Amino acid sequence: MAALTDLTLTETVKGLRTGEFSSMELTQAYLERIDQLEPKLHAFISLTPDKALAQAKAADKRLKSAGDKQLPPLLGLPIAVKDVLSVEGIRATSGSRILENFIPPFSATAVQRLLDAGVVILGKTNTDEFAMGSSTENSAFGTTHNPWNLERVPGGSSGGSAAAVAARLAPVALGTDTGGSVRQPASFCGVTGFKPTYGRISRYGLIAYGSSLDSVGALGRSAQDLAELFSIMAGFDKLDATSMDLPVPDMHLNADVDIKGLRVGVPEEYFIKGIQTEVEEAVRAAVSELENLGAQVRQVSLPHTEYAVPVYYIIAPAEASANLARFDGVRYGLRVESEDIIDMFKETRGSGFGSEVKRRIMLGTYALSAGYYDAYYGQAQKVRALIKRDFEQAFEQVDVIAAPVAPTTAFTIGEHSGDPLSMYLEDVFTLPANLAGIPGIAFPVGFDSDNLPIGMQLMGSHFQEETLFRAAHAYQSASDWHTKAPAVG
Amino acid sequence: MNLTIQEVERIADLARLHLTDEEKERFREQLSSILGHVAKLQDLDTAEIQPLTSMSLECTRLREDQPGESLSPEELLNNAPDAIKQQFRVPPVLDTDNHS
Repeated sequence: MAALTDLTLTETVKGLRTGEFSSMELTQAYLERIDQLEPKLHAFISLTPDKALAQAKAADKRLKSAGDKQLPPLLGLPIAVKDVLSVEGIRATSGSRILENFIPPFSATAVQRLLDAGVVILGKTNTDEFAMGSSTENSAFGTTHNPWNLERVPGGSSGGSAAAVAARLAPVALGTDTGGSVRQPASFCGVTGFKPTYGRISRYGLIAYGSSLDSVGALGRSAQDLAELFSIMAGFDKLDATSMDLPVPDMHLNADVDIKGLRVGVPEEYFIKGIQTEVEEAVRAAVSELENLGAQVRQVSLPHTEYAVPVYYIIAPAEASANLARFDGVRYGLRVESEDIIDMFKETRGSGFGSEVKRRIMLGTYALSAGYYDAYYGQAQKVRALIKRDFEQAFEQVDVIAAPVAPTTAFTIGEHSGDPLSMYLEDVFTLPANLAGIPGIAFPVGFDSDNLPIGMQLMGSHFQEETLFRAAHAYQSASDWHTKAPAVG
Repeated sequence: MNLTIQEVERIADLARLHLTDEEKERFREQLSSILGHVAKLQDLDTAEIQPLTSMSLECTRLREDQPGESLSPEELLNNAPDAIKQQFRVPPVLDTDNHS
């Protein structure tokens, strides 16, 4: 039998049900592997082994009680949670010194639904501070290393979750995606990651960055595994005013998923100068594979793609500057004492926030300030409407859009640290989905000559997540890139 | 697009952020470069375009105003840097010396 930590979510849940192994054995196997590899990877900000073992013990008790006919679907399954999501009683830092000792008194809805489904929480994963970044280098608690090459970034901001799943420190992990923060690290670490439609999974308990862009997603070994999590986390929540009251498909993807006739669009604007040749080749080969499986491939155009970076880097910082105003040293988090209350605010925020967060607060404050509002924020909202319209027009012709996740494979730690704009430009292929509010799924489709994973993303129309999961699952049923694991060391 | 140090200081003041001199200079350069890139938004004629102001596909929902369960004051004050008698304690907000 394979090591317990090599099993997929589906295999793990089955093994727990049949009594092949207990949740204690499984949880211990993951905790041992974390002990062994965490010093090299630094995927976690907080580990919670005692709570995890207590949850596992309780799960085992229920699994063994023969009379219990209504066992929760994920009973005894260990997961990891990105540190921007609140879990009651476990500190949530958001990767920031300003929340270093913050213990949430409640759990995020997405987390609570998984807890109700029986999961065991191993710990909280590393993230760029307040999810602002594409490399996890902006965490106040140190950089996460890519399990495929320790000198490379894991991507970000859900880099800790991506590294943890890739290195088999957790079978699945929660992430958040505001501008690509699930899909890009999934791509860099060779795992599968999805972001839902805006309004599909409640944002309640997600420490806010850009409220019109933020989404809760997950990373795992396959689309099949993630479809199970999606079905549990998605759906209306009265605690999130933007949550949509729509039926959620109960997806259990089988081997015989058929994508005959699926219309796949390839946007020319995503194959631009500067894209790594091996990335383009691998993505085009994956599109051909979808065609072999019966999909109809055609070219589509998303003409405003080149404006996604400037639109995002006005709207996201503007929303961040408002959201992060709450960190003032009064109700929670760090306080730097001063006799004067305005000084207290300034000193607290000046020493509690890191460089990238300050940069985005400054940028957003500028864009919203008197005299500049129309030229920057107002114009960005208009161009955002054009980007959304591009997608609506494309989805009149196709069911899904296939594109690279990032122009390159994982870059070297420190490569972009002196030049924030060059880092922002790396987000060009992931930002549009957040600006339009549509769902996306990223999964591995090959490796470059440095043995670094290459990812492709499929984007779908609003609330058409099932189409994305089915297409990705069909691809993964016919290929084995998603089963490759790094030899960490 | 070139920001001045005075503009950087004005924005930092609006954002209630203390910045060191080194940060001010670094942000002056970096924000100027980012705003230079963002300027390409002005190339597009958007006179006829309605701004996208809400991501929700439906109108804002209203709900009945009914009392429900909430966290206790103790739970809410647990994370406070300084709390006393179910209240957050802060430095004086009004300058008492100048009271007439």
